[in-house]
Amino acid sequence: MPLRAKVASSVSRTAAALSRAAGRGDGSVIGGWIGLKIDPDLLAHLSAGRAIALISGTNGKTTTTRLSAAAVGVLGRVATNSFGANMPTGHTSALAKAGSTPYAVLEVDEHYLAQVLEATEPHVVALLNLSRDQLDRAKEVAMMAQLWRAALIRHTDVRVVANADDPMVVWAATPPADPARGVRPPHVTWFSAGQRWHDDSWVCPECGSTIQRSGEQWWCTGCPLRRPDAQWTVEDDGVLDPTGAWHKVTLQLPGKVNLGNAATALAVAAEFGVRPVDAVSRLHTVSSVAGRYAQVDRDGRNIRLLLAKNPASWLEAFDMADEAPTLLSINARDPDGLDTSWLFDVDFAPLRGRQVLITGDRAYDLAVRLDVNGVPFQHVRAFGEAVRAVPPGRLEVIANYTAFQDIRAELDRVN
Amino acid sequence: MSTESLRIVWIYPDLLSTYGDRGNLLILARRAQQRGMPVEVLEVRSDQRLPATADIYLIGGGEDGPQALGAQRLLADGGLHRAVAQGSVVFGVCAGYQLLGTSFFAKGTKCAGLELLDLSSDRGPTRAVGELAGEIDPRLGVPALSGFENHGGRTHLGPGVSPLARVSAGVGNDGVTEGAWRGSLLGTYSHGPALARNPALADLLLRWATGAHQLPPLDDTWADRLRSERRAAVASAART
Repeated sequence: MPLRAKVASSVSRTAAALSRAAGRGDGSVIGGWIGLKIDPDLLAHLSAGRAIALISGTNGKTTTTRLSAAAVGVLGRVATNSFGANMPTGHTSALAKAGSTPYAVLEVDEHYLAQVLEATEPHVVALLNLSRDQLDRAKEVAMMAQLWRAALIRHTDVRVVANADDPMVVWAATPPADPARGVRPPHVTWFSAGQRWHDDSWVCPECGSTIQRSGEQWWCTGCPLRRPDAQWTVEDDGVLDPTGAWHKVTLQLPGKVNLGNAATALAVAAEFGVRPVDAVSRLHTVSSVAGRYAQVDRDGRNIRLLLAKNPASWLEAFDMADEAPTLLSINARDPDGLDTSWLFDVDFAPLRGRQVLITGDRAYDLAVRLDVNGVPFQHVRAFGEAVRAVPPGRLEVIANYTAFQDIRAELDRVN
Repeated sequence: MSTESLRIVWIYPDLLSTYGDRGNLLILARRAQQRGMPVEVLEVRSDQRLPATADIYLIGGGEDGPQALGAQRLLADGGLHRAVAQGSVVFGVCAGYQLLGTSFFAKGTKCAGLELLDLSSDRGPTRAVGELAGEIDPRLGVPALSGFENHGGRTHLGPGVSPLARVSAGVGNDGVTEGAWRGSLLGTYSHGPALARNPALADLLLRWATGAHQLPPLDDTWADRLRSERRAAVASAART
């Protein structure tokens, strides 16, 4: 590593430690920010010599990164940005902090995938899904798919692990070959993790025709784009690998969506030569991820935290949550997106029959939504009030990003 | 109103439903049902024919590609034009508002609109993103508009339409006026579930569709609280 990069890396680690000691944060961003100021190529320098996997998509990045890091851990030490700091500053901090490791698994914000591909030259990139998320600032879904596609055509040596169930991802992962210029598309391994949310992929990104669906299959009615056969699939409570062998997966994380994330993690690890039979038991070690799925006992209530940031992830959260009293909390601060319109893309009907409480900066938006949805609810001003309002036993908490962090803070920043 | 029930058509949810647009359909249906009106809801996808005999037609927002495709298919279908000729109510939001006019821009290309409203849209210098508020045309008898906008277009009104509102916060058509209406056609840049924050506007559409001069009042406690909270947030942002 060049001297400038060594200094930058050391200063970055110190700044992260100072930030944590000062109680200003977990240090997962500030260290990288300072390091990159000293050496703008620090991320590339820190990546050199490591076999790296990047994990990107709208939903499930943080959990899949954690599961993939556990699976790749079969081979040796793995650096990872497990606090969800998923932009280049976070990657830089994570690699600097980890020191020299043979492997790294990095969660990447979907907007930064092109830039991080360039800097880290990964061995594998996993593409999970693309759906509407904070449209007041995020790129529209089709535009994001186009950006991914353009990035992959510049890195055709990377191994791609991609979701066969999401038409936008399939299109992004299969840029056209250009034999005249020696360009061949990257190698893709397909997984099927299921997709509950279909409302962002009715129109073909290639030709604009309607996309038809039947069961798990989908196809464009105007061009050859269709669902590829998946090599990794979820079956019952386990994962089928490309050889047809089935591996039982026991997770501490709830929901079918996490079985899909486990299948993805096994596929990512397999690209490094990890056999699923060796990796599968390690997936069980992942209990909660930056507070997601964490359980806290307080005043006789068992509080479980579920993060849901956009319509697709709310559908998954309802699938995971028990039939128990449920607190919903909604904010619309900068990290959440300022627009609450998406509440009407979510059908809250699964909550009928449960005791529902609402809170958060934008509880009134949620109140209007639930009213129209015919879901009775009670508005509470504070988290403690919600805990007192429910009987002893399970309290499910579903919240969007900053609302989730607020509640996590109430629970002593549970991980 | 159709003979037996209030028919509401949501036009092309496969193309024009970017962010919570379903809300307007749900809100209209619920407010009608709470008044004891039987409601029939039809979601018409872009590969289906549009019925010309519904009472209310809703067109939502969308990205450039779907917007252009939606306009083409509506022009080819002709059902919406027949419905308008028979006096049906049309409510267009964002991209759905733009395509009711004579022309709009999508992916840098000028596209033909439905020519149902005398207005045309082009691209503005910046994207308008944020709270949108304004006093609504007093002839409509509806309190102030409260909404959220997210669009790159600017809309120029011709003499054949009236502005829906005078902008007090946000951009709307051009920073001065917002939305447009004529007869029983109404469009707004207040995107997504615009009626959630504007129940009186929902009732206006229902009155137009049913011919009722008044509708029994509903409990709008939560919508009223939401409106006050948003009004306070807009006022506080204006002070800083």
